Amino acid sequence: MRTTSISPWKQAFQSGLLGGAIAVLLALVGMVAAFSGRYIVSGVFTMGQFLFLAPILFLAYMTLRRAPQMPPFRLLQTGMVSGAASGAVIAVFVLIGSVVNLRVMFINASPQLYGILTFNQGVGIGALILLVAGLLLGALAAGIILLPERTRKTIVQAALWVFTIGLLRDLIVTVSFRWGPLAAIIKQFFAVSGLTPVGAAILIALIGGIRYWQLGKNDPHAVTFFNNTKPTVRWLRLGLAGVILLLLPPILGIFFSEILDNVAMYILMGLGLNIVVGFAGLLDLGYVAFFAIGAYVMGVMTSPELGFFNMTWWEALPFALVTSFIAGVILGLPVLRLRGDYLAIVTLGFGEIVRLLVLSDWLRPWLGGTQGIQRIAQPQIGNFVFNTQQELYYLFLAGLGIVAFIAWRLKDSRLGRSWMALREDEDVAKAMGINHVTTKLLAFATGALFSGLAGTIFAAKLTSVYPHSMNFLVSINVLSLIIIGGMGSIPGVFVGALVLIAAPELLREFAEFRYLVYGALLVTMMLTKPEGLWPEERRRLELHEEEHSPAVSAD
Amino acid sequence: MSLLEVENIHTYYGNIQALRGVSLKVEKGEIVTLIGANGAGKTTTLRTISGLLKPREGHVKLEGEDLASYMAHEIVYKGVAMVPEGRGVFARLTVMENLEMGAFSLSNKEQINRNLERVFTLFPRLKERRAQVAGTLSGGEQQMLATGRALMASPSVLLMDEPSMGLAPVLVEVIFDTIQQINREGVTILLVEQNALMALGVAHRGYVLQTGEIVLSDSAEKLRKDPTVQKAYLGME
Repeated sequence: MRTTSISPWKQAFQSGLLGGAIAVLLALVGMVAAFSGRYIVSGVFTMGQFLFLAPILFLAYMTLRRAPQMPPFRLLQTGMVSGAASGAVIAVFVLIGSVVNLRVMFINASPQLYGILTFNQGVGIGALILLVAGLLLGALAAGIILLPERTRKTIVQAALWVFTIGLLRDLIVTVSFRWGPLAAIIKQFFAVSGLTPVGAAILIALIGGIRYWQLGKNDPHAVTFFNNTKPTVRWLRLGLAGVILLLLPPILGIFFSEILDNVAMYILMGLGLNIVVGFAGLLDLGYVAFFAIGAYVMGVMTSPELGFFNMTWWEALPFALVTSFIAGVILGLPVLRLRGDYLAIVTLGFGEIVRLLVLSDWLRPWLGGTQGIQRIAQPQIGNFVFNTQQELYYLFLAGLGIVAFIAWRLKDSRLGRSWMALREDEDVAKAMGINHVTTKLLAFATGALFSGLAGTIFAAKLTSVYPHSMNFLVSINVLSLIIIGGMGSIPGVFVGALVLIAAPELLREFAEFRYLVYGALLVTMMLTKPEGLWPEERRRLELHEEEHSPAVSAD
Repeated sequence: MSLLEVENIHTYYGNIQALRGVSLKVEKGEIVTLIGANGAGKTTTLRTISGLLKPREGHVKLEGEDLASYMAHEIVYKGVAMVPEGRGVFARLTVMENLEMGAFSLSNKEQINRNLERVFTLFPRLKERRAQVAGTLSGGEQQMLATGRALMASPSVLLMDEPSMGLAPVLVEVIFDTIQQINREGVTILLVEQNALMALGVAHRGYVLQTGEIVLSDSAEKLRKDPTVQKAYLGME
């Protein structure tokens, strides 16, 4: 029947090998070992184990999803072929490692790593366990597909919830610390690291039960509080979100407020870059420059150490913002005629120029050189000084509120439409009567303004600025979070920042592998979900319609 | 004084000369066609008139006024609209949004609504599909949209670049009927075409462009009967 395509067996075997290879890769870069101390279920299952077992399950599942229809038993067999192949790859790796000293080349190929991979059962038995584990995971993948939808969703979602809760144990326990009797109950579920086995079991049952009941309800499109579109309910929802946002710092405490501040700062920058890249389609790789300009102007204007102006934070703010805005125009002017790659290279250069200027000895008397600027003023209202992470959060929140509102209003404005037209086709946009010069300059300048604002608050937070904070990687971080969240999508910026900034901060072990994970995430996103996690409506519409309509120029 | 006058324009891409002294006139109410082979400079001429390219020598005049000092987007406000080569619809925008973009140069709401009505009467198909994303329209529909979008600007001169490109013969006829219809409603049209037979069928006058120079100009009827034109562009022996 299917003579032309590769047999499902072969395909399963191949993807199984790939799954095993990914697992070995994660082990060799050190992620498996780094996460082996972080339990998801205490004493049972660690994040390290998850990292080398998940690829096996995932690839088996993907193979089966893509394979043609087949009877359940064949499906089970195919899944097990894929799983076993993965298990075998890891087992072979362990066997090789036990004979040859791989550590000469791979620093992470430590005895500890082999211990983790073999579940501390020695090489022989460990290899056998790996094979069996692969078989079982392959069978599990088939099982997930074979289950009826309601059961499948229940199980998968409950597992994901418990996984997330176990992973975020520190956050939950710290936050609930002051909740009195509730804290005592919550504490019962958690061990020193991760959930207790009993806690995990109870949670699985509880969440599974709730989801099963919810999924069983007849109308999946029922109007609830969360999807009601009535204006009053929408405002209520917005108000509720606002109250929660206002209450976050006291709930989260100092350590997590620090993370929150970081996330807010990146969202602020993300909203700005989203205008440049997402709305206007101008790829800017030197975006950190404006952040630096905002922070440094704030420093120069307020620091008594330099002693030029000795302004307060509020007095210096307009200067910082105007300078950032003008810097945006200055960057915009020479690149007006450039597109795509060329634009990216020039903006990259601009970012480096600004970094080198603030680093230079030449400007040292004014900008502090390598030593940076200290004793920058913190904003003050009356007698209240925004000083701690928790207090500064409100400053970020206020800035965020204003910026998000502006971005949202701009999007569907005349200017927003002009940006969109320029992004789609510059010549046609001109032929519609759009002034590409002012339109482009305004995109760069608005983006720069938002980034500059983030810089001023950043300066207040640290009360100092250093050249090394103005790293090229900041630009890349902001760009990545926009891509992950969804280009041109405002909620996407928030989602992107939570995934790329908050997640690595919450899971400290990630820090070392941050850019590896970014890279993997970006590649995966581009392949599977190029429109982002929370896509802009337009792109969603476009991708959705292509499924139904004939291709372009059908007649 | 002609509505649109092109006087001896020389246009370059970098150092490569694309137009070597092109002159043409379009009178008010006419359909004038510019025919020629691939690479003759037809699109370059249109882009020079619309201001997307600037001539190194020569002038483009609209009602006697030299357009040299105006940028491309300002020329739209002067009443020159373009239907670009390959249609150039905004693929991610809906039909309605594309039409709204066409009226970018207008601020009068009533006028915009009138133009919209007019476009929808001319192309009922666009009305049906107004909520659809333009990239998912068929080629013919995209051509209608590009034409409708240009009309949204209330142009006095419409520059059309190869409207028949890549369309089935039946659709080409529809498009050319519409061109005549638009012209009857008072819009002057400069039509660039490779499909010389169709273009000379609807136009009043025509110019033949060859390697950046006008080699022939006459009434459309006479051009149709001209032996060189017949041989080179109409495929007749």
